[in-house]
Amino acid sequence: MQKTEKDNPNYGFHERIKQTDQWWLLVAIVVLLVILLTTFKPDPYQRILNFVMDGIWVTLYTTVISFTLVLILGLFGGLGRTSRNPILHGIASVYVEVIRGIPLLVQLIIWYFAFPAMVKDLGNAWNMESLSNYKANPIVMAILGMTICYAAYMSEVYRAGIESIPKGQMEAARSLGMNYFQAMWYVILPQAIRVILPPIGNEFVTLLKDSSLVSVVAVADLTRRGREFMAANFIPIQTWLMVALLYLVMTLIAARAVTWLEKHSRYER
Amino acid sequence: MESEAIIQIKNIHKHFGKVHALRGIDLNVSRGEVVLIIGPSGSGKSTLLRCINRLEEFDQGSIVVDGIPLDSAENINAVRTEVGMVFQQFNLFPHLTVLNNLTLAQRIIRKREKAEAEQIGMELLRKVGIPEKADCYPLQLSGGQQQRVAIARALAMNPKIMLFDEPTSALDPEMIQEVLDVMLALAKEGMTMVVVSHEMGFARAAADRAILMDGGQIIEQAPPNILFTNPKHERTKAFLSKVLS
Repeated sequence: MQKTEKDNPNYGFHERIKQTDQWWLLVAIVVLLVILLTTFKPDPYQRILNFVMDGIWVTLYTTVISFTLVLILGLFGGLGRTSRNPILHGIASVYVEVIRGIPLLVQLIIWYFAFPAMVKDLGNAWNMESLSNYKANPIVMAILGMTICYAAYMSEVYRAGIESIPKGQMEAARSLGMNYFQAMWYVILPQAIRVILPPIGNEFVTLLKDSSLVSVVAVADLTRRGREFMAANFIPIQTWLMVALLYLVMTLIAARAVTWLEKHSRYER
Repeated sequence: MESEAIIQIKNIHKHFGKVHALRGIDLNVSRGEVVLIIGPSGSGKSTLLRCINRLEEFDQGSIVVDGIPLDSAENINAVRTEVGMVFQQFNLFPHLTVLNNLTLAQRIIRKREKAEAEQIGMELLRKVGIPEKADCYPLQLSGGQQQRVAIARALAMNPKIMLFDEPTSALDPEMIQEVLDVMLALAKEGMTMVVVSHEMGFARAAADRAILMDGGQIIEQAPPNILFTNPKHERTKAFLSKVLS
């Protein structure tokens, strides 16, 4: 159906711009702005970019690793939330409700400061040297904290997706002899995933932004590198303009990628 | 007769909350028999059908299908692979092509190779008359075509029994016959069929027995011609007068 429109020879320039998404234009403008700033005002912008570059990578890979784990853990949460087994349902529900009620920043602080202290106390109490010498790795703790928090949100996204698929689909699959998990995997989830792609994309972009919180638990991400640069150079306006633009480039591109994925995963109807 | 019955239903009771939906149903279906169940809505006919492959749990009684009692999860899955089901709303898998709708369970449950499953799938699509739609997606088809694909999907598992739950109720009138034709052909081949439907024409042409259910009980059963023309029970007469008029 979409093809016929594009095959039309009178298909104009303006429509094509619309079709390819004006939002790419915004991405291009922001990227261009970064390039212009660093080219024509290398001091301080190129200096800032060079300084925070490793922070960009930290932000990206903590977000991507964490989000991959969120997709897996959230799936189990969602299956638990839709399960008729009262124990699984109960565990998943308590997890979701408790985690959703605590701010991510507090959770990150708990994982980085309170959790290792607790392990040490236990080590001292049980006289276990390996535990009392435990030292938390900031990146591991940050990824753990973000994953556990966002998987709770993602559980609800999965639950909504699974519940949006008509009951008859599960019945048809079961009537063909599939067990619950086969029916879920081959019939329900492929349909549910398409339904929840937009909210999943949303969660990714939100996680990318929320990952700036890990800067308070000793992870040298983009935000923390920005703060370090500001502390050394005292140019807050330029520093945070640059940091904000860099976040914007990442989130805009991520949002576009999700839209593209959505378009290309639809099935014919 | 008892030993030949491929479906043995004994004293089934089922409650939906306070509603006593099935009140002690006894029913045997022989191999190769075509049974039609009719009755007013809410009479429990669909519920009874769905109990046979345990899509609906029952509170009391027993069902044995082809020698397998419906009591453990293992047995239930075993029975389901031998019992095909066709739904009122088709319930095709919209994310898979027509052909893949037919091959999915074959590959997962029957462990058939892709080529073999596709060959069986195409044969069945020819049988129901729409091989050219193999690569289409279900929602691109008409209702009648979708229901024929749904029948083919069930047949791909080589079931011994086919259950039809109001297979033509969601169809436009002009599409009903194409589905009934497929069902008639199936009946002629000797498939054991239990059909919940009010298609009297189909009943006369293919059914060995017609059963009237009301209030969760079997009121009367007889060969269709006898039941339709000479019903004994008052409730049967009342129901038939509404349906046939």
